[in-house]
This record gives sequence, structure tokens and C-alpha cells, in this order.
Amino acid sequence: MLYKGTVHKVGDHIDTDAIIPAVYLVTGDPKILGAKCMAGLDPDWVKQVKPGDILVAGRNFGCGSSREHAPIAILGAGIPVVVGHSFARIVYRNASNTGLMLFELGDAVNDIQDGDTLEINTETGTITDVTSGKSWSCPPIPASMAAIVSKGGLVNYVKARLGAN
Amino acid sequence: MSQTLAQKILQRHTDEEIVSDGQIVNCRPDMVLAHDITGPLAIKAFKAMGATKVFDKDKIALVMDHFTPQKDIASANQVIISRVFAQEQQITHYYEGGDAGVEHTLLPEQGIVAPGDLVIGADSHTCTYGGIGAFATGMGSTDIAAGMALGENWFKVPATIRVNFEGQADKNLRAKDLILMLIGKIGVDGALYRALEFGGSVIDNLDVEGRLTMANMAIEAGGKAGLFACDDKTIAYCHAHNRPDINTKFAADPGCAYEQEITIDITGQGPVVACPHIPSNVKSVADLGDVPIQQVVIGSCTNGRFSDMKDAASILRGRKVKKGVRCIILPSTPTVWKQCLKEGLMEIFTDAGCIVGPCTCGPCLGGYMGILGDGERAVSTTNRNFRGRMGSLESEVYLANPLTAAASAVAGRIIGPDAL
Repeated sequence: MLYKGTVHKVGDHIDTDAIIPAVYLVTGDPKILGAKCMAGLDPDWVKQVKPGDILVAGRNFGCGSSREHAPIAILGAGIPVVVGHSFARIVYRNASNTGLMLFELGDAVNDIQDGDTLEINTETGTITDVTSGKSWSCPPIPASMAAIVSKGGLVNYVKARLGAN
Repeated sequence: MSQTLAQKILQRHTDEEIVSDGQIVNCRPDMVLAHDITGPLAIKAFKAMGATKVFDKDKIALVMDHFTPQKDIASANQVIISRVFAQEQQITHYYEGGDAGVEHTLLPEQGIVAPGDLVIGADSHTCTYGGIGAFATGMGSTDIAAGMALGENWFKVPATIRVNFEGQADKNLRAKDLILMLIGKIGVDGALYRALEFGGSVIDNLDVEGRLTMANMAIEAGGKAGLFACDDKTIAYCHAHNRPDINTKFAADPGCAYEQEITIDITGQGPVVACPHIPSNVKSVADLGDVPIQQVVIGSCTNGRFSDMKDAASILRGRKVKKGVRCIILPSTPTVWKQCLKEGLMEIFTDAGCIVGPCTCGPCLGGYMGILGDGERAVSTTNRNFRGRMGSLESEVYLANPLTAAASAVAGRIIGPDAL
């Protein structure tokens, strides 16, 4: 899988109320939620995003509530992947379950600037900042998630198990 | 192997042998929970999985609490999805309307969760049940759908941070202050991916409602669970809440491996608040200076239990809420509401000029029933103060214990109960 897009940077501890405020949680529709992505940070934030763009976050991205509406809103805004310093536990599971790719890169996120072009090649396992020329290894997906991802996500994984029974 | 509480409880729910932290195990939960916001997404995923029947109709709880009573057409439509599903699947623990209360107060109060249980919920504050010695953690709707379909889910055995509270408690210091002090010390990701295990002489003496308050906010330190041993107090609580069958005490094994141990001495410490816009921005109330407020909220899964209502009433008795402040009191379950009525608290609240509302999460998440306008500031007994959490992006929320919240309502600015 190859991802290439313009970087939109956000800071540390971006909580789920920032990603999608509770007032919008009366639907699960990705388009409606996507139009309000990051409305708790800046109501106009999503206007700068083009499909395929990449979110780069600081520490503890997605802390707060368990709302799956958060990864759905990010996907709905056209962002397929988030590179973060670190992720809150629940959002980490939610993202892989809903098909949003996450990469935990630690302090290296500080080397990526807003507006840079980032390229992520999951086959060669590299993340490259095309603008600066810097490159990093993709952190591996935890084994527990790899089993689910290999089945095409949790919905398909359970479907296969129920079918097998 | 000497086990932490987390290891011990997870071990009871898996066929695999737990030998170390970080191990991935499949576990069978005793209760799988969702609410009016997360339930519809879980039901959609459940159907997409091709599932037709829940694994056990007695082990699923659907509590319509966040936007209850339904605040608008869209939220009413969301409840319909859960109601129809509950009827189709004959879900035993479905709560709506006058049955419903804030889920994390309701489930322990009704005896639906118990010590030693494994609980997963599509709500981050599911960790509350750690207060009675259950391993309880929040997950998203799709994970909950998998739990509803299979009766199992995967868990990474978390490393444990042991936190001991020692010293002499100030008379105005509450469980809320203890957990805020910890979050202030370790930060909002201080327990990321880890379990918090609480102990020490202060915890031994703390009532179970206070323990539920503390476990509730483990997630605000990034924690996967906030765990308390099951002791005589826990057993007595269970006996008083529909669980006469609970009689076995348990605790972490001596010599178990903690990743880190923290001791907090509370001697001489007065009440604290978490200042905007992050729960770790904790300061002593006494050090705040002049901070005028326009709203107070007393309720939620953190501090909406009867002991919290009694604390609020002890301050509001014979006093008036400051003109220009709306003080909203939301007892968190119908049982708490009725007890407030029976013991005369409702009269105290209404005489003081409070608004007493229904059992709802409402304003805690900026849903409704107490929303902040531009530049408004609230003191709240809830658990999060992220920017915009209770309304306008230009508003501010200070998190406090119910004594501080009630005193601040009377003063119209943030003060501790002793400053009245």
C-alpha cells in the first residue's frame, strides 16, 4: 500500500472532543462526520484538507472518549493515515477496526513539518518526508492486530469466524 | 506467579496461561456495554459481521443515557435503533426513559457488574467498575460488536502502575481530589496502555462510591483500567446492591511485579481543581485567585452518586446560588434521584435556586441541558475539561469535587467549602 499526501500537523493530546465534538454524534455517516473533522480544534480546519492528505500528530493522539466517530470522521474527511508520536489506547484499536492506518513514530514526528509531502510505503516499510528527504522505518503493526488486518478488518474477521462455526 | 489485580482478573476469563505483561490473550467478558451514541454503530457492525444472535442476552447492557431524554429528532432516531435491537435480541439489561440512569452509576448500583468481572464497554469511562474490583475497560463500537457476537475479545495484559495514597485526609478532600492529584502528577498519558492499581491507608478507608469516582478517571491518565482490591467494604456494597452472592475478597498478590510504584502523601492537602483545558492542569483551589463562573454542574458518572448529592446539599443547605449562575444538579440514576427526594435534598437544592434535572450525561459531553456560551466558565464535577467539551470553543471548564462545586455556585467564583 502506498500513501502520499500533504501533511497537516496537530499538537499533543488532541482529544476526541477536538476530533469530533459530541454535538455531532447523532449519526455514524462518514460524510457528515468528515465535514466536521477537527471542529473542536478549529471549525474551518477541514476546509484545507484534500483527499489523500496525511495527519501528523503529537503525543497521545485521540485521548478521551471511545467514540468510533473519531476515526470515521478522519476517514470521512479523506485522510487515510495518521502518523503520530503516540496514540491513546482506545483510538488505536478503533482506527485499525475501522480501516484508518496509524503509525507510531515517536520523536521523529518533530522532523515532519506542516505542508510537507509525506510518502508511506507499507510494502518496503518506509515513511519518507519527500520535502525534506528524511526517511524512517514503519513501526510494525502489533501481532494481535495483524491477524485482524490480514482478514480485512475486525468486521470481516468476526464474519469469517462466525462462518467457520 | 504473583499476580497483579489486572493479571489475576484477566486470568479468570481466559484459557491461556498469563505469564507476562504485554501478552495478548483472548478473554470472555461477563458484560458487554454500549449506550445511545455508541450502540447504533455497534449494532451496524454486528449486522455487517453477519451475526444474527448475541452470545448471551443476559450479558449485554444497553443504556440510553447520553442524550436522554432524547434531545432532538436525530438522537431519538438513534435510540430507536437500540430499542429495536434490544427487543429483537431480548436483551435483559436494556434501559431507556425512566429506567435509565448514567450507565456507570447504574450498573454497579443494580448489581449488574460485580467484583472479579471482566467488562468491556463502548464508553471510555467503563473503567469505573474497577472501583468494585472488576477489570473494566472502554473499547470502540466495532470491538463491542465483536464482543456481542463472539462472547470474547482480545486483550493485551497491561503493565501495572501501583499508586499508594497515604497520610491524613483534610475534611474537604474527596476521592475526586485524589484522582486529580494523581493525573496532575503523571499527566494525561502517564498511564497510557497501563492499568492503575490503587492502595494505601487512604484507599483502605475510602468508601466504595469514592473508589468508583477514582476508577472512573483512570482513563484521564490514559489508563486501560483503574483497579481496587475487593475488601470488606466492597462486599458490603455488593450486598446492599442486589449481590448477596458476592462474598470472596481478593487483592493483588504480595510480591507481584509492578512497572512503577507511586506514593502520594495527602497530609495538609486541600481540595484541588483541574483547570482548562486538560485534566492534568491541577491546582489547589486555595491558589486560584478570583475566577468568576456562570455555571455549575453536579452529576455524571464521576460524581452523581448519593454521597456526592449529600456533599452538595451540605454546602447548599440554607444558602442561595449566586445571581447569574446556573447550578445544575443531575442525580445520576433514578435510585439516587428518589433517595435525594426522600431525604429532603431536593428541597435544599430547589430552595437554594438550583435546577434539578433528569438522570442524564447531558452537559458533561456538551450534549445538552447546560451548554456554555462564548466566554462562559463552569465548575463541574464531571471528568473532562477539553476545550469545547461543554459547549462553545471559547468556554472553560474547571473540574472539582461536589463540595467545591457547590461552594463555587454560592460564591459565583471558584472557592473551596471553607472559604464560604
